Amino acid sequence: MIEQVSDPLPQAGYAKVVLELDVNNHPGVMSHICNLFARRAFNVEGILCMPVSDGTRSRIWLLVFDDQRLEQMVRQLEKLEDVLNVRRHGAEHEVFERLEGFFH
Amino acid sequence: MMQMTGAQLMVRLLERQGVRTVAGIPGGAILPFYDALSGSEQIHHVLARHEQGAGFIAQGMARVSGVPQVCIASSGPGATNLVTAIADACLDSIPMVVITGQVPQAMIGTDAFQEVDIYGITVPITKHNFLVRSAQELLEVVPEAFRIAMSGRPGPVLIDVPKDVQNQLVTVAEFPAPAVADPAPQLDLEAVELAAKMINEAERPVLYLGGGVVASGAAPLAVQLAEQAGLPTTMTLMALGAMPMDHPLSIGMLGMHGARYTNFVLEEADVLVCVGARFDDRAIGRAAQFCPNARIVHIDIDRSELHKIKNAHVAIHANVKCALEALLPRLQATLRKRWLSHVDSLKTRFPMQFPGQDDPRTHYGLVHAVAAALDDRAIVATDVGQHQMWVAQAYPFRRARQWLTSGGLGTMGFGLPTAIGAALAEPDRTVVCFTGDGSFKMNIQELATLAEEGLNVKIVLMNNNALGLVYQQQTLFYGQRLFASKYRTEPDFVKIAEGFGVAAVDLDLADNPRAALAEALHRPGPCLIHATIDREQFVYPMVPPGAANTEMIGG
Repeated sequence: MIEQVSDPLPQAGYAKVVLELDVNNHPGVMSHICNLFARRAFNVEGILCMPVSDGTRSRIWLLVFDDQRLEQMVRQLEKLEDVLNVRRHGAEHEVFERLEGFFH
Repeated sequence: MMQMTGAQLMVRLLERQGVRTVAGIPGGAILPFYDALSGSEQIHHVLARHEQGAGFIAQGMARVSGVPQVCIASSGPGATNLVTAIADACLDSIPMVVITGQVPQAMIGTDAFQEVDIYGITVPITKHNFLVRSAQELLEVVPEAFRIAMSGRPGPVLIDVPKDVQNQLVTVAEFPAPAVADPAPQLDLEAVELAAKMINEAERPVLYLGGGVVASGAAPLAVQLAEQAGLPTTMTLMALGAMPMDHPLSIGMLGMHGARYTNFVLEEADVLVCVGARFDDRAIGRAAQFCPNARIVHIDIDRSELHKIKNAHVAIHANVKCALEALLPRLQATLRKRWLSHVDSLKTRFPMQFPGQDDPRTHYGLVHAVAAALDDRAIVATDVGQHQMWVAQAYPFRRARQWLTSGGLGTMGFGLPTAIGAALAEPDRTVVCFTGDGSFKMNIQELATLAEEGLNVKIVLMNNNALGLVYQQQTLFYGQRLFASKYRTEPDFVKIAEGFGVAAVDLDLADNPRAALAEALHRPGPCLIHATIDREQFVYPMVPPGAANTEMIGG
């Protein structure tokens, strides 16, 4: 008897999406977010985080593939207590492009 | 202005939140809290014998009351022992606040004695968790933990408190207000209209109730919905009791061990109304072949459950109770004679079968005999395995929160401590814990807790000296290669219970097992009722793992 096991989804080939998250700024927030992606084997291609305004909040930018699970991922991100909101941008968003110079 | 330690503040905040019974085990890193707890005149502490037991005692209290309950452990092994009970609460959406001691902040990250990163460990199995960094923070964190545990879809929240934070002095000007649940999300009335239209126009609709109906206290509304719109109604394992099993519209539990006719009715549905359920794989079998012809209305408090497994044609993000209140006045009263008589004919042709139900020495017979000796006031807890499915199939559940079982995680060892928790929360009721010999041994030490508290818990042990469901699967699906599923020695459970100070009855030795059973159930106080059952009896019908629900074997 072989149980139904879904194949790992190939992510290459999908368009990229930029997610912009407003989050509370304290130790542990990043681990809640990364954990959510990691346990689903959903690779985060790029990640950026800096505090904003008075430092009680941070903004996180994530670069991910737009595979069919993304909508679900976003809903689960929105459920996290420390995630205040999530905005989606297309791959043309320049936040990661402008950093290219530091990596190449 | 009041000055107190962090530990004293925690105790005061728990008292103000209305917490009256907690379960736990003390240890080095949580001793300041225990010292403060000893001064509380309002909170009764139940000393468990293993932290997992404490976790399930809290769950038992939460499952019958619907209110978040508290368990406590020390750092390191104390905290890791709670992990299974936390994960179980997460998967079954049970509100719980878990308090763990932690090594002093200065020692965190040094591999100190009894240090584990329980905050990191519990990230994926809690709704939210906190590592408290100052006593001042407790003023915010403790009410927040309760608010999160009870708001929206309930779940467990962990508060990890370093020892120095428990000892730190804090000045409190005013206590925060006790937490209340967040208001329900705004209801999308347009979607409700659409759902009503779909149900009104349906020819073969089916209502599919899940644990969310119980959690939101909407069971009477769900029954009203079924009656008004003429909907045959199936329940998940978590929803059993939401509609009385003997209600004419009830088609019983669906899924892996549901009746044949139940799964056949679902197969024919043209509209499926899913209320507070999540299309779990044990309930729906192969997702693509579940209700292949049905348009789906899905009502759930958790937005991320909508469209997760099956795309809904109408998805309503709402508290189930609010949604049903809005839906009811929009539904036509319908007799739906044709569809219901077809459902009846499927039920007659492919009924749930209970071989041996009149003989209390068989598994179904024992479940029936227990039910016959009790009324609807009794609470029924189970462990996990064959006995759990037999009880789910055969016990006549008639009210919400009557049935406590580990659904999502399927934790063996759940039954006894959960039954203890249920009896603590509702001491006037009889609590029956159906268990198997495999499960029972996984938290058997809680017999000591039971004896100490003297609670009205009756353990019905269905003993086949095997891991029955494993034995069944190896027999059916692994070429009868039986491995590691039969025990080679057999403990004397009657002696074990008596050794712990719990009365015991062996039905195997009784001339009249039915009378002996009834007498044991009606005698106040704890009791173990031992009954040997036949290892070759399997749970039927069964949908093989990964198959569609219509591909059942047996039954």
